[in-house]
Amino acid sequence: MPEPRRSPPRSLIGSLVLIAAVVGCGAAAFAYTAGWFSPRRLTPDRLVDAFSPPNAEPLGHRRNHAKGICFTGVFESNGAGATLSTARVFTSGQYPVLGRFNLATPNPDAPDATVPVRGMGLRITTPDGQQWRSAMIDAPFFAVATPQAFYALLEASGSKDPKAMPEFIAAHREFGAFAAWVGSAPWTGSYAEEPYNGLNSFIFTDGSGAEHAVRWSLIPQAKPVPISVDDLAKRGPDALEQEITTRIQAGPARWTMVVSLANPGDPTADPSKAWPADRRKVEVGTLVVQQIEPERDGPCLNINFDPTVLPKGITTSDDPFPAARSAAYAKSYDRRTAEAKYYPGTATEAKP
Amino acid sequence: MTQVRQRFTPLQRLLHWVMALCILAMLFIGVGMVSTITPTYLSLVSIHKPLGIAILVLALIRLALRLRDGAPALPTGLPEPMKLAAHLSHVVLYLLMIGMPLIGWAMMSAAAYPVVLFPGIHLPSILPLSASLHTLLWNAHFYLAFALFALILLHVAAALYHALVRNDGVFETMASVSVAGEEG
Repeated sequence: MPEPRRSPPRSLIGSLVLIAAVVGCGAAAFAYTAGWFSPRRLTPDRLVDAFSPPNAEPLGHRRNHAKGICFTGVFESNGAGATLSTARVFTSGQYPVLGRFNLATPNPDAPDATVPVRGMGLRITTPDGQQWRSAMIDAPFFAVATPQAFYALLEASGSKDPKAMPEFIAAHREFGAFAAWVGSAPWTGSYAEEPYNGLNSFIFTDGSGAEHAVRWSLIPQAKPVPISVDDLAKRGPDALEQEITTRIQAGPARWTMVVSLANPGDPTADPSKAWPADRRKVEVGTLVVQQIEPERDGPCLNINFDPTVLPKGITTSDDPFPAARSAAYAKSYDRRTAEAKYYPGTATEAKP
Repeated sequence: MTQVRQRFTPLQRLLHWVMALCILAMLFIGVGMVSTITPTYLSLVSIHKPLGIAILVLALIRLALRLRDGAPALPTGLPEPMKLAAHLSHVVLYLLMIGMPLIGWAMMSAAAYPVVLFPGIHLPSILPLSASLHTLLWNAHFYLAFALFALILLHVAAALYHALVRNDGVFETMASVSVAGEEG
C-alpha cells in the first residue's frame, strides 16, 4: 500500500509532546479514579484494615464476625409477603437456606462470653436461581448512623490514645444508645434464643409497582432464657457452638420472619434509629434451621453474606450501609480466600 | 479478500469505536468501584457486569469480522519491528477483550456470587465454588486490567504516532466511522 502524504509534516517535537500529553493525561485520570491521588478516600481496603491491628489479621477468616458455625435448613414462606414484594421468595412454599451463626468479633478464637453482639448470615435460594442474602445482628439498632462514623468507631476503639473513644462518643451521640443496649441487654446461652435484625432499610416493590421501605427481623420461637455473662463464661469458650449443635440434633429451631413497614418520614437512611414500635408488621414466613455443620468444612465457609445480593422485587434504599458493607465484605472475602491455607476447608473445594 | 483495502470496513470501524468507549468506561468503572464504599459502588458494580458481557459479545463479533474481512496491509515502508509490535499488540488486545469478561464471570462463579446482568436476569455459574480458583482469577482480573489499560495507552500512542509523525495512512484505516469516501 502506498504511503499517502495528505498533510504537510508537523514539527516532530510538537507531535511527540502531544502524544506524551495524551498518554500522560489518560494515565493520570486512571490513577485519580483508582484513588491513588486521594489518600484520605475511605476505600474498602482502609475500612477492612481498621478491623484488626496491623499484622494481627485473622488469616483465612472473615475480617469481622470471624467466629461462626454453618447451618442449613429451609425458609417456609406463608405467602403474606407477596402483597409487599414480587420476589419469588414470598410466594408460599419452601426454599433451601444456607446460613451462619456468628459472633461480632474480628477474633475467630474469641471466648463466647466476651462478645456481646451475635449475628446470623442467611442465604435463601428460589427455584428461579435468584438469591436473597442478608447478614443480621441481635441488636435492635445499629451502633452508628453512617459508614464514615463506623470507620471512626473502628479507628477510635483501636487507638492507643485514651482520649480517642471519649472524643468519638462526644462526636457521635447515637453511639450512646447502642452502648446502653450492650450494657443492659440480657445474655442468652443459645444462638437459637436470639432475634436477628436486618437493621438496614430496603425497598420492596409489589405487583402494582408500588414501593415499600422495609426492615426485617427474625424473631426466635424458642423462649429466651437469660443467663449471666459469668455463667456463660463457665460453660466454656465455645459453648454457643456446642449448644446449637446439640439443640438442632434434637430437632429444628425456628424463627418468624417479620417485615416492618416505614411510615412516611421514618428514618430509612439511618440504621441507628429504630422505627416506632407501632409500625405495620407483616409475618412473611418461618426460618427452620435443620442442620449444623462446623465452619471449617461447612457449606458457609466460602460464602459471602453480602446484603446487596437481592432477588428481583427487593432493592437497596437510601441507607448507605448495604453498599459499604458489600464493598467491605467483598474485600474481606478476597483476602480470606487468598489465605485459605491458614484455614483450609475441604468440603466446599472443587474436587480435582 | 480479493482486493487490498485502504481502510477497515465501516462495520469494523463502528465496532472499534463503540468498543473503545465501552472498554475505557469499563476500566475506569473497575478501578473506581474497588476504591469506594459509597452507594456509587453498587451502581458501578451493576454497570460493570452487563457491560463486561456486552464487551465479550462485541469482541466475539469483531473477531469473526476480522477473520472474514481481514485488515488493511501495513505500509510497506514500516520497519519490521514496528510491524511485529503492531501484530502482537493486536493479538493481545483481542485476547484481553475476550479473556477479561470470561475471567470476571469465572471469578464470580468460583465465589458463588450470582452473576446478575439485570434485576432478575443472571448468567449461569461456569465454575464450582473454590477459594483457590477465585484467588487465581481475582489476581488475573486485577493485574490484566492494568496490563490492558497500559496496552490501550500504547495503542493510542502508536495511532497518534502514525497520524502525526509518520503520516502514513495507518491512522486513517480506522479513524472515521463515516462511510463517506468509501471505495467500492
